Amino acid sequence: MGKLADIARRTFLIGSAAVVGGVAFGVYKVRQTAANPLLDDRRQGATALTPYVRIDGRGVTLITPRAEMGQGIHTTLAALVAEELDVAWDSIRVEHGPPAAAYYNRALVEHNVPVSDLDHSLGAEAMRGAMGVMARLLPMQITGGSSNVADLFDRMRVAGAAARFALVAAAAQKLGLPAAQLKTDNGSVLAPDGRRLTYLELAPAAAGIDLPASPPLKPREQWRYLGKSMPRVDMVAKCTGTATFGIDVRLPDMVFATVRMNPAKGAALVKFDATAAKAMRGVLKIIELPGGVAVMADNTWRAFQAAQAVKCDWAEPAYPTSTAAMVEAIVASMAEKDRDSRLRDDGNVDKALAGGTVLEAEYRVPFLAHATMEPMNAVAWLHDGKLDIWAGVQNPTAARDLAAKVAGLDANQVHVHVVLMGGGFGRRLEPDYVVQAAQLAVAMAGKPVKLTWRREEDMAQDFYRPAAVARLRGTTAARQVQALDVRVASPSVAESNLGRIGLPALGPDRLIIEGAYDQPYGIANHRATAYRTPAGRPVTYTRSVGNSYNAFFIESFVDELAAQDGVDPLNMRLALLTHEPSRKVLSAVAAMSGWGQPLAAGRGRGVAFHLCRGVPVAQVVEITTSKEGVKIDKVFVAVDVGTALDPRNLEAQVQSGVIFGLSAALYGEITFAKGAAEQSNFHDYPVLRMQQAPRIVVKVLESGGPIRGVGETGVPPAAPALANAIFNATGKRIRELPLRRHIDFV
Amino acid sequence: MKLTVNGKSHEIDVEPEMPLLWVLRDELNLPGTKFGCGMAQCGACTVHMDGTAVRSCVMPVDSVSGAVTTVEGLGAPAALHAVQAAWVERQVAQCGYCQSGQIMSAAALLQKNPAPTDADIDEAMSGNLCRCGAYPRIRAAIHDAAKRIRAA
Repeated sequence: MGKLADIARRTFLIGSAAVVGGVAFGVYKVRQTAANPLLDDRRQGATALTPYVRIDGRGVTLITPRAEMGQGIHTTLAALVAEELDVAWDSIRVEHGPPAAAYYNRALVEHNVPVSDLDHSLGAEAMRGAMGVMARLLPMQITGGSSNVADLFDRMRVAGAAARFALVAAAAQKLGLPAAQLKTDNGSVLAPDGRRLTYLELAPAAAGIDLPASPPLKPREQWRYLGKSMPRVDMVAKCTGTATFGIDVRLPDMVFATVRMNPAKGAALVKFDATAAKAMRGVLKIIELPGGVAVMADNTWRAFQAAQAVKCDWAEPAYPTSTAAMVEAIVASMAEKDRDSRLRDDGNVDKALAGGTVLEAEYRVPFLAHATMEPMNAVAWLHDGKLDIWAGVQNPTAARDLAAKVAGLDANQVHVHVVLMGGGFGRRLEPDYVVQAAQLAVAMAGKPVKLTWRREEDMAQDFYRPAAVARLRGTTAARQVQALDVRVASPSVAESNLGRIGLPALGPDRLIIEGAYDQPYGIANHRATAYRTPAGRPVTYTRSVGNSYNAFFIESFVDELAAQDGVDPLNMRLALLTHEPSRKVLSAVAAMSGWGQPLAAGRGRGVAFHLCRGVPVAQVVEITTSKEGVKIDKVFVAVDVGTALDPRNLEAQVQSGVIFGLSAALYGEITFAKGAAEQSNFHDYPVLRMQQAPRIVVKVLESGGPIRGVGETGVPPAAPALANAIFNATGKRIRELPLRRHIDFV
Repeated sequence: MKLTVNGKSHEIDVEPEMPLLWVLRDELNLPGTKFGCGMAQCGACTVHMDGTAVRSCVMPVDSVSGAVTTVEGLGAPAALHAVQAAWVERQVAQCGYCQSGQIMSAAALLQKNPAPTDADIDEAMSGNLCRCGAYPRIRAAIHDAAKRIRAA
């Protein structure tokens, strides 16, 4: 805990250093600095206490530095601040903060260094520390990697506590009483004689108080919001159609636009003929963009129709254009010349394999689309020498910088208003649609332009989760895994993404092999090698990234090894696990699911364990097989988050991950012809529907270890647990996703 | 062309084949009804036509033959419909983008069948996708809403 507290103190000082450095917290002093981003667009009469708290005539607004894409982060971050600030839950408003250095995500960048999430050795800590510095130098305000809670658990509470400290100190001055005699109560400071001063009336004076660097935080026993299931701050709006997503932003005199880009993403447009499209009703302007065309009209549907009427002649891409050629490139890269990392090499794998009966298998997974429910969209408005952008983005700093570049502006002339996202899953880390909107805003200077992609464009222009191939070899001795050699080849999403946002990819890309080298299995001879397939079609991060396929590889193969020796696959894993919280989740899921009790004929169950972003998770899937196919009946999940901040939201996130993982396991597959995806909409890119959704029972454990987020955790074990259940019920071992290539589902 | 939406009559001048969805969103500025797929695959655009759930993204506006109700007309934050109240109680929404359509499908189901079984729910809701996988809570909330409606 000493380390956590230390990080909190340092990061808080970064967040408000200029404020402290300005001697006073005074609203006029602070106005002159850039460090507190709330001051850029601070309203008249508002006081900004720390970058996370604003107090004005409407009450207390908590500024969340991370984007809401469904994971409930606005609610949890609000609870962190509110807990320490001491305000009533129903008096809180939440706003998304502007892109700013103060909001950088340290935990995520630290996560991307090639050390295990459980490795707290000196070297690992030093490497994480260096990356933390990197994050500070390259301010990236990223929402992703299940990193929010880990990044902000202390920072947000310290922000609330520091603001409360200042408010109490201001009250003490006003009342002429020592601060120690004062208490706070739901947005007011209370004196012993019953006098009550509201935070609103104290705010101007509080702004002049120096903030403490490390105010004391409430012990857990005193929490009243944290650890409880809080009503989500966005729930009523989302249930009444009154929540504003990017696609809903409406400005006066707005133009409605769409684009049609080369379906071989990134390749050029040779020529186009827009004669017919220009004559269509409502069409205002058609322009060429790098790699495609854009249509501006007075209605979105009219823009859609006209874009389809443009005749386009597309160039061939520089990368392989068929699924077969792309997979061939992946297989070919599994060679020394393309070796990217060997992050685990315990014991002597070659010797151990030579001495036993070797089980060998190849596993494959396909490219996947993100398929968020809300297609990509953005509103951009170039006016008065500045560019205003409204968009759902997971990396607003990158969106701002790339939009500024195409508009020929400085970053400080671009204001990104981050709005609610209808799903992100990593797709919205890529601001290509924001850049397009900025280009359209330049073309229509003075008028706001709303760019909306058709679903077909969204599917075609995705940066997919790359395909991957694994080759595994293993032996057992004394009914336990004796050696495991795993080799994984895949294109690097970090290289692809960082290249687009203008950052160098540093060293090996651990994401290729994450989930295959870092599992807490005590296998005496264990080697994990990653191969980086030369860059092809652009790819990016997808919910749980490398874990999304490496869990399938490892957990299926461990199951094969257990089956070979006739050992119970759950007990074999339990004996292999060296990490106590991991053992506990596996034991918990065994108890929940009645593991070991006999099942009726035609039924089966499978188990998978995975450690994802430091969170151990175990799943048991129960199925029934029949002539019609496999039906998924139930999924049991046990997960350990260290400290559970909002149990009901954690349950939702884990269930969400399971459904997301099952959708990919059953159906998810993008294939290519002539560089273009062969899937275009939900009819040929199916995802789980209501009638296929199993009952999902979730148990959240708290080992008290470092706090972790679970936006991704539910995903990785779903596919292997299901594939293992199919093996259990039918004897059929499926080593390739999607499973429906090999078996029917009801 | 005349169109009645949420009890209000509108005179609109658009192509007869323009889908109702885009009339609602862009012409009448009612953004609660969402665009998801444009081909009746995801249900995000679900509205009621004379109480029946229809996919507005594939319904040409000139084929609209009855009064249209959108999520904005079903209830409001200060006056929730029973289905919306159940959704809030169960904390169903995650990203929330599909929920307008889910709620409209559920409300239409309950209007015809105030005590649906799980199989009835599967059938009525099979056209509404949720990428966040809120299905378990959607199902529970529909049962809750049915109870609320029966008790009212």
